[in-house]
Amino acid sequence: MASPPLSAERLQRAYRQMKTIREFEERLHVEIATGEIPGFTHLYAGQEAVAVGVCEHLDDADYIVSTHRGHGHCIAKGCDVTGMMLEIYGRVDGLCKGKGGSMHIADVTKGMLGANAIVGGGPPLAVGAAIACRNRGNQKVSIAFGGDGSCNQGTVFEAMNMAVVLKVPAIFVIENNGYSEHTGKDYAVGSKDIAGRARSFGMPADNCDGSDFFAVYEAAGKLIDLARRGGGPSTLEATITRFYGHFEGDPQLYRAKDEVKRQRETMDCLKNFRARVTAEGWLAASVLDAIDEQVLKEIDAAVAAAKAAAPPPDSEVETDVYISY
Amino acid sequence: MPQKSFRDALNEALHLEMERDASIIVLGEDVSGGAGGTSGQREASGGIFGVTKGLLPKFGADRVIDTPISESAIIGAAGGAALAGMRPVAELMFADFVGVSMDQIFNQMAKFRYMFGGKTRCPAVVRLAMGAGMNMGAQHSQSIYSLLTAVPGLKVVVPSNAYDAKGLLIQAIRDDDPVMFFEHKALYPRKGEVPDGAYTVPFGEANLLREGEHVTVVAIGRMVVFAEKAIDNLAKEGITCDLIDPRTTSPLDEETILESVSGTGRLVVVDESNPRCSVASDICGIVAQKGFRSLKAAPRMVTAPHTPVPFARELERAYVPSPARIEAVIREVAKE
Repeated sequence: MASPPLSAERLQRAYRQMKTIREFEERLHVEIATGEIPGFTHLYAGQEAVAVGVCEHLDDADYIVSTHRGHGHCIAKGCDVTGMMLEIYGRVDGLCKGKGGSMHIADVTKGMLGANAIVGGGPPLAVGAAIACRNRGNQKVSIAFGGDGSCNQGTVFEAMNMAVVLKVPAIFVIENNGYSEHTGKDYAVGSKDIAGRARSFGMPADNCDGSDFFAVYEAAGKLIDLARRGGGPSTLEATITRFYGHFEGDPQLYRAKDEVKRQRETMDCLKNFRARVTAEGWLAASVLDAIDEQVLKEIDAAVAAAKAAAPPPDSEVETDVYISY
Repeated sequence: MPQKSFRDALNEALHLEMERDASIIVLGEDVSGGAGGTSGQREASGGIFGVTKGLLPKFGADRVIDTPISESAIIGAAGGAALAGMRPVAELMFADFVGVSMDQIFNQMAKFRYMFGGKTRCPAVVRLAMGAGMNMGAQHSQSIYSLLTAVPGLKVVVPSNAYDAKGLLIQAIRDDDPVMFFEHKALYPRKGEVPDGAYTVPFGEANLLREGEHVTVVAIGRMVVFAEKAIDNLAKEGITCDLIDPRTTSPLDEETILESVSGTGRLVVVDESNPRCSVASDICGIVAQKGFRSLKAAPRMVTAPHTPVPFARELERAYVPSPARIEAVIREVAKE
């Protein structure tokens, strides 16, 4: 029997985080259909092991920037789950007072510099946060999460090159879920090799199976350690799938029949995690079951709180534009 | 008081502030110039206009950061560093390059505080060299402060003289909101009285440069210099004007403008940007709405035409509002 790469306590924590993300998204899928949630929402279900496998290496003083599909990154980085749910419902007590919504959740006190509705908008910001880390000399890092779609944006190339030139502790985590919105990666990524393209900027780049928490955790750990030791930027490409559409309501006609059904059987990071930790004897199934139960209760409570919460008053329209004006 | 150029005043502001606060960084193309060269002189240029001269030897390459030609990444890095607690001063070599980096300016840094429910601050400064007069053509000569004045979340500064340039830049660096700082290229060598130490010029407080009875003239940036000439000529004919330099177009000191118009009843706004949706049309609109009863004549604008900036000397001269044109319009309005 192999020794576990994380303590039992941290294994439980990682599982709880992934399960929280999953149930958060599964529940949103149900609640969005009721029409009660404004706007449109991009679910992260299926990709949980990437956010958690990376963020389990970080603390509040490390930074991340996220994407339009950002709920998972927010939860993994420690954002308050009820505060997030309230935000998605557009409530005044939401994490961003109902002014941001699903695509703009942020909590700088947790080092979470924002989900971002502009594809490719985040990586330049991550380079800036990485400059801050470098200049402070505190061994902190800055992570730019992005998808295979974002990695065709010029901003991402600019950010990668600048990170290499300035030798800052930025790690670009590309979650290759196979689709740029509705367009397949085989069509949209000219070179077909995202990690290789990152490598050509002059940084190390690695690939991993994004449905395997342990693979992500190990690969991310090496690159994050490198950055903490002053070794500069790197890229991690995680191959993964999303269990839902680009946005909720997306009919997904571009996907093969039963594609998601098959992927839910073979690429479910929660199932994979459970199988591994129980087979290795690292955690008992009963421990995981207990976590499942607690998480469901927490999500129930968050949704109930969001449904009962007050919307922002109209007077909030004109606040928070400037600090002083 | 010592005489210093607009350029040196800005340079002094950067030196003084960077000495005071280690969280201030400067980044942009060639801000030291030659930092990464294999031969030749380190700190070769201090920015193409020399505004960042002398910062690299004093503060080092971690704080004075030469970047690749990547305007989106420069502005984005400034925004991200500001979110992470730094006070970055990014240089966009030419204001026209806003076109390349617009997303990071108006979708990102301008909106962070609002989108994140007032829980973040983004104290970034973007310095932008602007303006026509050097035959640099349509993509290196624009006065696009009007474009950014329209964006909520940004503060927009357009200094007209060396004293204000220094005080406004220090204020911009200390300000907790993102600030777009426009420097007219033709003003860089112009000298004025500038104290040696640090001082601030507050945002949203216009400068009343001339006092008169007949016309209120509001002028922006370099146009203040041209308006002064026009107004001093008209004084010989007995036409006297208030001359107001708003100094910042966002926030805009509406009160000083409206108060002046309530006395003169006449308004001329001089603005080097294109006329449609410009600072000039904005000020005329504000006065029409809020000062209508005091108006004795229709508000007038003296702006560039609704065209790109032309190249040929003669064409560019015809494009930029001239002291003579400003003078003629003020005279017409005064006689209405």
